[in-house]
Amino acid sequence: MKVFKISQAELDNMVALWSQSRKVYRPAVGRQQQAQPDYGPGWRKAEGASPLTVPIGPAAGSVKTFLFPQPETMMTYSLKTGDPDRGLMKEPAKLTESQVVVGLRPCDARSVLLNNLPFREDPFYQANLERTVFVGFTCDESLSTCFCEQMGGSPLDSDGLDIAFSRAENGYLAEILTPKGEELMAGLNLAPAANSDITALADRRKERPGKDTAILNTMQGKDLNKLYEAPLWQPLGDSCINCGACTFICPTCYCFDIQDEVVKGSGRRIRYWDSCMFPLYSLHTTGHNPRGRKLQRTRNRFMHKLKYFPERFGPFSCVGCGRCVQDCPVNIDIREVMADLLTVE
Amino acid sequence: MISYLPYPVRIDDITVETEDGNLKSFKLVFENEQQKKAWRHVPGQFAMLSLAGQGEIPIGIASSPTEDGHLLFTVNRAGKVTTALHQMKTGERMGVRGPLGNGFPLATDMKGKNIVIIAGGFAVTTLRATLIYLLEHRADYGKITFIYGARTPGMLLYQNELKQWAARGDLDLHVTIDREAPGWDGLVGFVPTIAGQVAPSPENSVALICGPPIMIKFTMPPLEKIGWTDDQVYLSLENRMKCGEGVCCHCNVGPTLVCKDGPVFTRTQVRQLPVEY
Amino acid sequence: MPTINEKISEEIRAQAKKLLAEGTVAAVIGYASGSLPMTVKPLVVRRPEDCGKLLWNTFCVLNLANFLPEVLKSVEPPRGPRDPKPEGPLPKVAIMATGCWSRNIVVQIQEHQVERERVVVMGVGSRGMVSRRKVEALFAGREILAVEELDHDLIVRGSGFEEKINRWSVVRDNCQTCTHPDPLLVDVRIGEPVSDRKNPNPFKQVDELEAKSAAERWGWFTSEFATCIRCYACRNACPLCYCPTCFVDDAKPQWVGKSLDATDTGLFHVMRAYHCAGRCTDCGACESVCPMGINMRLLTKKLNKDVLNLYGIEAGMQPDSPLPLTTYKINDPQKFIVTEAGAGKEGE
Repeated sequence: MKVFKISQAELDNMVALWSQSRKVYRPAVGRQQQAQPDYGPGWRKAEGASPLTVPIGPAAGSVKTFLFPQPETMMTYSLKTGDPDRGLMKEPAKLTESQVVVGLRPCDARSVLLNNLPFREDPFYQANLERTVFVGFTCDESLSTCFCEQMGGSPLDSDGLDIAFSRAENGYLAEILTPKGEELMAGLNLAPAANSDITALADRRKERPGKDTAILNTMQGKDLNKLYEAPLWQPLGDSCINCGACTFICPTCYCFDIQDEVVKGSGRRIRYWDSCMFPLYSLHTTGHNPRGRKLQRTRNRFMHKLKYFPERFGPFSCVGCGRCVQDCPVNIDIREVMADLLTVE
Repeated sequence: MISYLPYPVRIDDITVETEDGNLKSFKLVFENEQQKKAWRHVPGQFAMLSLAGQGEIPIGIASSPTEDGHLLFTVNRAGKVTTALHQMKTGERMGVRGPLGNGFPLATDMKGKNIVIIAGGFAVTTLRATLIYLLEHRADYGKITFIYGARTPGMLLYQNELKQWAARGDLDLHVTIDREAPGWDGLVGFVPTIAGQVAPSPENSVALICGPPIMIKFTMPPLEKIGWTDDQVYLSLENRMKCGEGVCCHCNVGPTLVCKDGPVFTRTQVRQLPVEY
Repeated sequence: MPTINEKISEEIRAQAKKLLAEGTVAAVIGYASGSLPMTVKPLVVRRPEDCGKLLWNTFCVLNLANFLPEVLKSVEPPRGPRDPKPEGPLPKVAIMATGCWSRNIVVQIQEHQVERERVVVMGVGSRGMVSRRKVEALFAGREILAVEELDHDLIVRGSGFEEKINRWSVVRDNCQTCTHPDPLLVDVRIGEPVSDRKNPNPFKQVDELEAKSAAERWGWFTSEFATCIRCYACRNACPLCYCPTCFVDDAKPQWVGKSLDATDTGLFHVMRAYHCAGRCTDCGACESVCPMGINMRLLTKKLNKDVLNLYGIEAGMQPDSPLPLTTYKINDPQKFIVTEAGAGKEGE
């Protein structure tokens, strides 16, 4: 693995250089940048020479917007009368254009890996994964709502990143972790990091080992049906308003719905983010709804993240970014839910 | 890698199955010869029927893999896509994506056993596929019992085939309707009652039950009374589905995804799940 | 010396406990403390011993009337959808209510969502609720770790800082322009009544928007709603939005596309606002809960202004008169009818 020492000015030049040949995105600050056709709110194009600073904590928008765009065209077709291909579904050309996401945090990088478990065989997710380069920044400081370590991550982790920037004296250390990262750095004339800097980073990582699996192990030892029937869901069902705020800002909520849209005889089948908080999510055509009550829907989201997903795939479906903690309109705090679940016997 | 792209098919034939006109069977033929050859399914599996501009719906495959060259789907008119499908005509193009789900383990766990099929209403579709498959491989199975009930004689599906099956000597067929009706000289009574009367001993047997939840609920006690256990009983669950490939999460019942892990489960498996189906 | 809200909290706990212990009500809808500074959790208390969790502070931005129909339903004896209503009175529910929330309860009664005799309103005069976003904006880039509420100030603390800010300066826009802070319905009075506020122009924000050119207004609209993620928090936090199936969710027919297309998103917000015309009390819950900070409240505020000008009605203020847009009078203003020649004139 190559490690470079990079100054702020060099970083800004790199981002500007990448922007010449690829789409490069960076976290938006506040409401600076709005949703665009090819990516969601919370990010902005990195063009323009303003120095790249990454706010403490995760970016306002989760990184899933680049891999699992809202919406995503799955196929196109014509419904024009007389068209011999009328009604024939065609796959859109596979997206290959390279894009670079700069400034994501280790929690979001980990979300890419977690979502890759259910999307392992999904052609669209895989194509986006292949064309995206992740240039992340490890965290020296966290927000009070950050809890990545409890969920099995670490603020200094580089899993899921192609290039990891970490604080060093007068600049950054850039670890080039993958061939995609190497390709992005090719041709740049950069100074290799001093051994002392590399050792300092390694020491900081040792101080903060993170990746706590004790909570996961305890949760996996719990009986699913006992968790399901625990009394803790009642107050959550009472207060939850069943909006989709948590699911849409969550980097690891990945449910989708599929719909057809036709404009003037040209149709497309799209998939877009859905939320298990919505009654329609599980409604049968007969009118029967297996999760017809609010409590059932609220429970499903937390059970999915903390019990069902681990049963299927191993890890929690939560990276501890704390976005839902910050933005839930009724202050349902997944850390409290988890703590309550861990007391269920 | 998953492909969400449906195969283009043409509607070859449409049969109105029931007196209320709400159930129609669609015989579909592939446009592409290679796709036709590549298609392999087992009874109990389902497919997504795709209508451009309308959407997709998961429907159980009513044809047996032994019926070569076409697919059959019997569809109840209920929602947006099924309503549009009911308006379609022979010769028109639509799409099929699949086969999806697990299906009944006919060629494995069920081989050599006595098979009891219990069907209520239009849930009989995949059991039609099953029965035709069993009759095609008759020597591989023991006694076959087929119990099927509908509200009225006019609500029975596949009436011509029922007549053919009744004429066969190698199958025990019991067709019943809920109440007496003019011109009906067959069995009268609810499926659970009939099942209690005609079900064979559970020894070396499996039961495949598809029907409305209330029917399944009341069919179990008479079977249990004569010694049937949960692991001998196979059910098919239905939940709202979107992707059909175990990705989108819509059909989850606890950690189980009906589209991928099911739709066929033993009753033992179902009882371990939260009641979210 | 306890603050005003501390005293109110104490009273709420005592009254709620009494109502539950006496068996007057089966549940109390109130607030409990949140896990982050400036947040609270809506709480339904069903046992007298849980009343200690109830509290009142300046961050109670969600309209509790939103929970009322469902909690009322939850305390009824269970019955099937076709079973008749049981004989005798059904259990009651107590609910905390400020001016605007109580007016929403009035609207719920007018629209037959709630039966008056089953509701015990624990009325509190509102001193205006603080916008968390406004406070956060003052401390941009610095994380707020604790906020202490005094009667007229907030003490904001974070890592290495502590600042005192004036409370009213960060009160939500809707509260700052509110003229009826005291509850209209009161069964149990909590704290002191608050008199109506004189506000020279409660519709200042709307006037400013109306003064812009059509192109500028369109610019505002498209940019304001561009960040919408269609989470529907605004709709779900609104006590007026109780349709079993919302028009945006309807599949047969499908009125609105489901993706983030600007036309679909805009249509959702405009239609939602129109559905609230003559019914909205400007409680500000929609704006407060939006994770993207969208100011969709201005749409309903504009319609509140129109309804006041056209019909002389403020939602929930006249419990005995019918809702303005569900009744027809021969002399109703018809200026809104747009013909090919342009907007209609009065009397046409």
